[in-house]
Amino acid sequence: MAFGLVKHNNNSISAITTAGQLTSGAMTLIKEQTASSSASISFVDGSGGVVLDSTYPIYKFEFINIHPSNDGAKFNFNMSIDGGSNYNVTKTSSNLEIYHYEDDSSSVFNGTSGGTLQQGTGDLAVLRGVGSDNDQCGCGTMFLFSPSNTTFMKHFQIRSVRSQSIDYAGDNLFCGYGNTTSAIDSIIFRMSAGDIDSGTIKLFGIKGS
Amino acid sequence: MALLFAKNNSLSAVTELPASVSGGVLNLISTQTASSSATIDFTSGIDSTYKSYIFKFYDIHPATDDTSFEFNGSSDGGSNYNVTKTTTFFNAYHNEAGSSTNLGYGAGSDLAQSTSFQRIIAGVGNGNDESGVATLHLFSPSSTTFVKHFMSVSQRLSQTYSVNDYVAGYFNTTSVINAIQFKFASGNVDSGLIKLYGVT
Repeated sequence: MAFGLVKHNNNSISAITTAGQLTSGAMTLIKEQTASSSASISFVDGSGGVVLDSTYPIYKFEFINIHPSNDGAKFNFNMSIDGGSNYNVTKTSSNLEIYHYEDDSSSVFNGTSGGTLQQGTGDLAVLRGVGSDNDQCGCGTMFLFSPSNTTFMKHFQIRSVRSQSIDYAGDNLFCGYGNTTSAIDSIIFRMSAGDIDSGTIKLFGIKGS
Repeated sequence: MALLFAKNNSLSAVTELPASVSGGVLNLISTQTASSSATIDFTSGIDSTYKSYIFKFYDIHPATDDTSFEFNGSSDGGSNYNVTKTTTFFNAYHNEAGSSTNLGYGAGSDLAQSTSFQRIIAGVGNGNDESGVATLHLFSPSSTTFVKHFMSVSQRLSQTYSVNDYVAGYFNTTSVINAIQFKFASGNVDSGLIKLYGVT
């Protein structure tokens, strides 16, 4: 067995550019996409370096400074089982909604059917009603569990926070499932009206073992 | 220059990998340990390097009984912690006797365009075995375009109650947030650990 020499520099290895079999942690950044007046941003397994299959049992999306072109538009998602040809998976979901106005005039804490689906195939909100003022946007995270499983439905959990168009801080906890035993291999994000003016979406894979 | 020799296909003395080698997604920036500390300040490492940052809180224990662990941001490197915030707060609790449960909004724990500190672990007990734990996610603190969103979830033991607090909101400023301060509303942070991570 031949061993090459590695230059040692103050206990750091300076010449290595890939880690090979070295562990890189339990969570891996798969793909980062930046919106720029984008009608939609999609993550399709096998396209553009996206992995959305059985490689990881859990996937996490992170949404950073999602800013709409249209005031009050929702930032939505949908799922596909056919590589992104159709985003119309049947979903049932719940919404715990909390908000508080900047002028302290009102606060709401409510489990609501607003922003939910009952066996619907339409888009679901990640952020409900984001303001389009120059300084307004929304952020959050979404976990998608076992999208490639062909036995069970596909659960998701979302928590998001936004500066709403009518000047309140809004916190939402959306949970639900894609009611299909087919593999989910693509996700699309888009506003309910207009474009995603700007923002970043990251896709991470989380190891199962 | 010293040479490292491979031992069982491992380089046992290596303590640092070059920047080109990924060390994972959560990058530990700093750790601070409280020891009868009036405040714990993070005045470096919060910048444009990462698009989001995560604080993890381990066994935060107050000197004063039933006091809230809270935070504020600074736009001037920690000279002043007084950024305007609008926030929400709700929690769920259940006591050890099984006689009391609740899920509700905490009107006294939110902020509306206030520069006051925002509680993230409300009412931690100071009994020897009482403490609170939490995670705080801060998005894009170095943006000079948008407000700065955050959301947290915490768990605490207080007066025989298990309490789960949820906070969300934003620093309503387009100035950068470059320092964060944590403290109790009353008394010192007797003990605890806070870690700051940048998310790749």
